[in-house]
Amino acid sequence: MKLTKEQVEKLAHLARLEFTEEQKESMLNDMDNILGFVEKINGLNLEGIDPLIYMSDEVNVLRKDEVKQETSKDDALKNAPSKDTDYFKVPKIINRGEE
Amino acid sequence: MEDILKNYEPVIGLEIHVQLNTLSKAYSSDATEYGAMPNTQVNMISLGHPGTLPRVNEKVIEYAVRLGIACNCTIRERNEYARKNYFYADLPKGYQITQDTTPICNGGYVEIKDADGKDKKIHLTRIHMEEDSGKSIHDIDPFNTLIDLNRAGVPLLEIVSEPEFRNGQEAYNYLAEMRKLVRYLDISDGNMEEGSLRCDVNISVRPVGREKFGTKVEVKNMNSFRNVQKAIDYEIKRQVELIESGGEVVQQTRTFDAARGSTMVLRAKEDAHDYRYFPEPDLQPVIVREDYISRVKDNLPPLPKELFNKYRELGLNEYDASLLTESKEVALYFENLISHTGNYKAAANWIMGPVKSYLNDKAMHIEAFPITAEKIAQLIEMVDAGKVSNSAASGEMFRALIENPDQDPATLAKEMNLIQESDAGALMEHVHAALAKYPEKVEEYKAGKKGLLGLFMGEVMKLSGGKADPKVASKLVQQELEKQQ
Repeated sequence: MKLTKEQVEKLAHLARLEFTEEQKESMLNDMDNILGFVEKINGLNLEGIDPLIYMSDEVNVLRKDEVKQETSKDDALKNAPSKDTDYFKVPKIINRGEE
Repeated sequence: MEDILKNYEPVIGLEIHVQLNTLSKAYSSDATEYGAMPNTQVNMISLGHPGTLPRVNEKVIEYAVRLGIACNCTIRERNEYARKNYFYADLPKGYQITQDTTPICNGGYVEIKDADGKDKKIHLTRIHMEEDSGKSIHDIDPFNTLIDLNRAGVPLLEIVSEPEFRNGQEAYNYLAEMRKLVRYLDISDGNMEEGSLRCDVNISVRPVGREKFGTKVEVKNMNSFRNVQKAIDYEIKRQVELIESGGEVVQQTRTFDAARGSTMVLRAKEDAHDYRYFPEPDLQPVIVREDYISRVKDNLPPLPKELFNKYRELGLNEYDASLLTESKEVALYFENLISHTGNYKAAANWIMGPVKSYLNDKAMHIEAFPITAEKIAQLIEMVDAGKVSNSAASGEMFRALIENPDQDPATLAKEMNLIQESDAGALMEHVHAALAKYPEKVEEYKAGKKGLLGLFMGEVMKLSGGKADPKVASKLVQQELEKQQ
């Protein structure tokens, strides 16, 4: 399976990454390798085998609706690169994104 | 234009987001209270810190099942969660935990009135569980967008309808019905102004008779039911005009400008997102079994439709029954009232008359109404027994009880000197006196001037000091006059 440059560009955009032409080439190679490796799975007979999503068979791991307010505002804001006393600050966004 | 519009069939679907009124968030235990100071109701999970594990709030499942039952949906047994990936500053994890291929509720319908007041069923595609994003604030800081993550992770139910609406009025009625439902079910306050109920609309138009759908436009950002209605009606007209003038509808997202009453482009299709849904491995599946569903069903609060039907069966007309069930609190008060009196019509009249007008006057909700249903029931009984007149009960006594709700209505009536003389013996004296006072009028009455009854009644009322029960008195006067004939 061969990736195209357009696919790499699309994935880069979705991940909000920017590559130079050179980097794109190298990304393309790396990703081709990874996909080639994963491709081996397709050679196996997987009939009747469900994809592994969960690490256990547990179900209904639920929590009671109780409030535990363990994080303070100051702690919440502590690691933010840009903030004021109450808010996280991010660059101005004009168009509202999808919900 | 009206004629041209008739040649087109609008196809409209609604997506509603209902914010649930749980105490803690969907997948973490920080608080959800509306209006708290910014970033005070967050924790490491809702902030999206690495190495944290979400856990499902059991109430969210229960609330989804409640709504599913009320909307006649099929409840899915095995529920899984999915990640919907997109970048936005108020979505700390970079993905929203939602349900993709396994929505908890499937199918179902809601009964509404169409624009002509006829019954109509709106079918639902699905209801699924997800989480809210934080809030972006654009107008405080001129150089930055400020982010408040209190809302991040607050549980939502997304309700997707089939595209069965034909105009803005139907959408309005559906939203009103849905708000009523979530309030009755006590799963959300359904308040559109505070954002606990939000609505997106998909609209396309097609020439009548054509099978293929037109290109659809999504409209967002409407902050009231009326604006949803206006946006739909505006958009139908815009699309039809565009097509009629040789243009073409383009797939896009538009926003409603309430001040101008029109819609404007928000995004073109080119920006369409690729959400790359995939299973959420951090949350184990949730199995909803039959016995759980029946337990939720057994504990379901009364639904507006059930109460409406019950009141119709009790003999109330459609208008009364629908007004009484408009709000859950009013219906509950009425329920309480009719557990104390069998005179349902009078009970309805009391609520819609003196009680409602008092509440409107004071801009008060019925929860804060001072007089207990039991005492209103006593007033109804006293009127029915002829002890006090209806006007005394709903006037002086009602006002006195509001002043001092602890008073006993029977004692109050005595103290206020409002007990009517309905005892035939005592009244008869006044009747005889009244007739004796106007012998010639009695003759005229006998000669056929029946209108004179009022004159005798007036005299009886005067002699009794206004305390005679007019119904009883009138009967006695007529009996006496008959006797003399």
